[in-house]
Amino acid sequence: MKYYSTALFLLLSLFCKLSAQNDKMAMVEGGVYLPLYGAEGKTVKVEPFLMDVHPVTNADYLKFVQENPKWKKSNVKSLFADKSYLSKWTDDTTFTGLKDAPVNNVSWFAAKNYCECQGKRLPTMDEWEYAAMANENVPDARKIKAYNQYILNWYETPKTFNQPVGSTFKNYYGIYDLHGLVWEWTQDFNTVLISGESRKDVDKDANLFCGSAAIGASDLMNYAAFMRYAFRGSMKARYSSQNLGFRCAKDIEN
Amino acid sequence: MKSNIKKFFFTKMLVGIAAIAMLSSCVNDQSSKKYKDAVDIPVNQEMIAELTSPPFVPTPVGKRMAKKLIVDLEIQEREGEMTSGVKYIYWTFGGTVPGSFIRTRVGDEIEFHLKNHPDNKLPHNIDLHAVNGPGGGAESSFVAPGHEKVFSFKVLNPGLYVYHCATAPVGMHIANGMYGLILVEPEGGLEPVDKEYYIMQGDFYTEGKYGERGLQAFDMQKAIDENADYVVFNGHVGAMTGDNAITANVGETVRLFVGNGGPNLVSSFHVIGEIFDKVYVEGGDLVNDNVQTTLIPAGGAAIVEFKVEVPGTFILVDHSIFRAFNKGALGMLKVGGEENEKVFAGEIHDGIYLPEGSVIQSMPSLDRNKEKEEVKALSFEEKMKFGKDKYMATCVACHQGNGQGIPNAFPPLANSDYLNADVDRAIDIVLHGLSGEITVNGKKYNSVMTAQALSDQDVANVLTYVYNSWGNNKTDVTPEMVEAVRNK
Repeated sequence: MKYYSTALFLLLSLFCKLSAQNDKMAMVEGGVYLPLYGAEGKTVKVEPFLMDVHPVTNADYLKFVQENPKWKKSNVKSLFADKSYLSKWTDDTTFTGLKDAPVNNVSWFAAKNYCECQGKRLPTMDEWEYAAMANENVPDARKIKAYNQYILNWYETPKTFNQPVGSTFKNYYGIYDLHGLVWEWTQDFNTVLISGESRKDVDKDANLFCGSAAIGASDLMNYAAFMRYAFRGSMKARYSSQNLGFRCAKDIEN
Repeated sequence: MKSNIKKFFFTKMLVGIAAIAMLSSCVNDQSSKKYKDAVDIPVNQEMIAELTSPPFVPTPVGKRMAKKLIVDLEIQEREGEMTSGVKYIYWTFGGTVPGSFIRTRVGDEIEFHLKNHPDNKLPHNIDLHAVNGPGGGAESSFVAPGHEKVFSFKVLNPGLYVYHCATAPVGMHIANGMYGLILVEPEGGLEPVDKEYYIMQGDFYTEGKYGERGLQAFDMQKAIDENADYVVFNGHVGAMTGDNAITANVGETVRLFVGNGGPNLVSSFHVIGEIFDKVYVEGGDLVNDNVQTTLIPAGGAAIVEFKVEVPGTFILVDHSIFRAFNKGALGMLKVGGEENEKVFAGEIHDGIYLPEGSVIQSMPSLDRNKEKEEVKALSFEEKMKFGKDKYMATCVACHQGNGQGIPNAFPPLANSDYLNADVDRAIDIVLHGLSGEITVNGKKYNSVMTAQALSDQDVANVLTYVYNSWGNNKTDVTPEMVEAVRNK
């Protein structure tokens, strides 16, 4: 099955019409960070990479489906997108909402192919989490109460998906909207599994989370991040969601 | 007692005969065979479960046979009002806190459809304590926004069970209101009663203190510290008071399905002025008779039954009493009907007694200098609006929604000669409390009002509201007037 899917992705990428859009990207300096999950105390190294300054918008995505009709709402294969794919679009070329609001209701397959067609890729979860630690001023703001409160307040605010990109703050790297508008797909979105039974995840045997990090989700950083991991854990690659968009990333070429 | 039992069996027989007569022409829908193991109870036919919002419960199962019961529950993240002027984003099962009540019987096979509304931000799941299986169903029901999960289980144990969301961070999902009750009736159903209601306590943690206006965010630190700002029945302050009170008539038997969603606090559930004839301890088979207060653990439940003998308003509280009068854990059962002086004669004597508690109670004073800087001149309309909010948050439990008070206990504020006679005295009472006998509109009252820890502006607002409502003399109370009394 795995090989079959891989072959399918390759097929999809082959047929994609390359059209580098003029999206601004920002450089994220690499580094080492301690993620919420994983073996206790084990840090992860993130190589420097480029990341889109804004999430992909409705207008961007319209251009994409026009150039790549297989991703039109009426053409899309159910293997690659479930019924909620572009569910708020009234037809193949008409979206509801602002043209510069982030596109949502897009499956992982579609998001991945979109990025490939721009000569880019989806960010890895570590890259995304690493870039998203930054507030306006510092690369790692996870211990700053106001920063975490901002994220949590967003989680508790309904219907943020229809605000224009760039309407939240510009972070340390010059990237906007990592928090505040929509959740975002990552390449390996559920490699860290929050299983359906979240209390079992704290079991060390399960080896999904380090017990202490999960069970002692006492600080703001943990519980904001937890909600992201939980969200990702609930998704499958063909799912799409009203509150889920994406942006692309790219390796730095030597 | 003996004659009661006889009477009960007689009634039951009549009901039984009537039911058989009614059903004799239809499909045989009644089970007769007894099964040793509930697993072996066969199901026949499908049925859509009736789901109800609190305080209501679905129709009793009676003697129906076990069925495949389809439960259709939608998760909604939505804004609601914790108390007047205080908004909160609730996460709900079925749009209410607590979630929809599910009623089933032993041997039913439940096909559970859990739907996560597409507008929701978060994944959710459900752990039903009535399930024998991993995670109580949580593992099988983890559902992304815009998706539906279906899982099934057979209910084996009779009792009243809590259900709740168990998605990370679990405590937060519960704290935001994701809990409810599922009742599993025994073979043959529970004994019939006249009135049944659904009540569930929960504790809430907000950034602002109790009553602080605006949209309040969830406060994780307070939740970890178990320092609740609100402890309420059925999701918000006043869900069961005034017009929302539950009702019964003299002579009726009342059954309350009482749950406690927590996340943290256990409940000392009590009905002021009633004794529970029967408590199904922790919602299980053990029945305790003649109980004053029953302890309901977080994530637990109890069924209480009692007969109401006299009319009046009976106050439901968490008898950890500051929660009732200061954090919202207060509901009302209004009983109508004829007085019964054999049971309760009311006041028969009024003499003089100097109580040991005659010292006026006080509460910690505010940091008045800090408060003073924040005082802004408010328009009359604003004072009325904020005053009403403060009244609904602070005063309504005793003085009631329309200022009518509670006879023989708390004096009326509506059309009150005592209030209208002296504004400074009224300010003084709010600031410093009052105990001892007073006469209001010709009736004597002897109770205690505690001093209220309110700012000058709040006192001015609430009194302006009271003076400009319910036929009072329309005094406009200013913060300066309050300050003058405070400094006296």
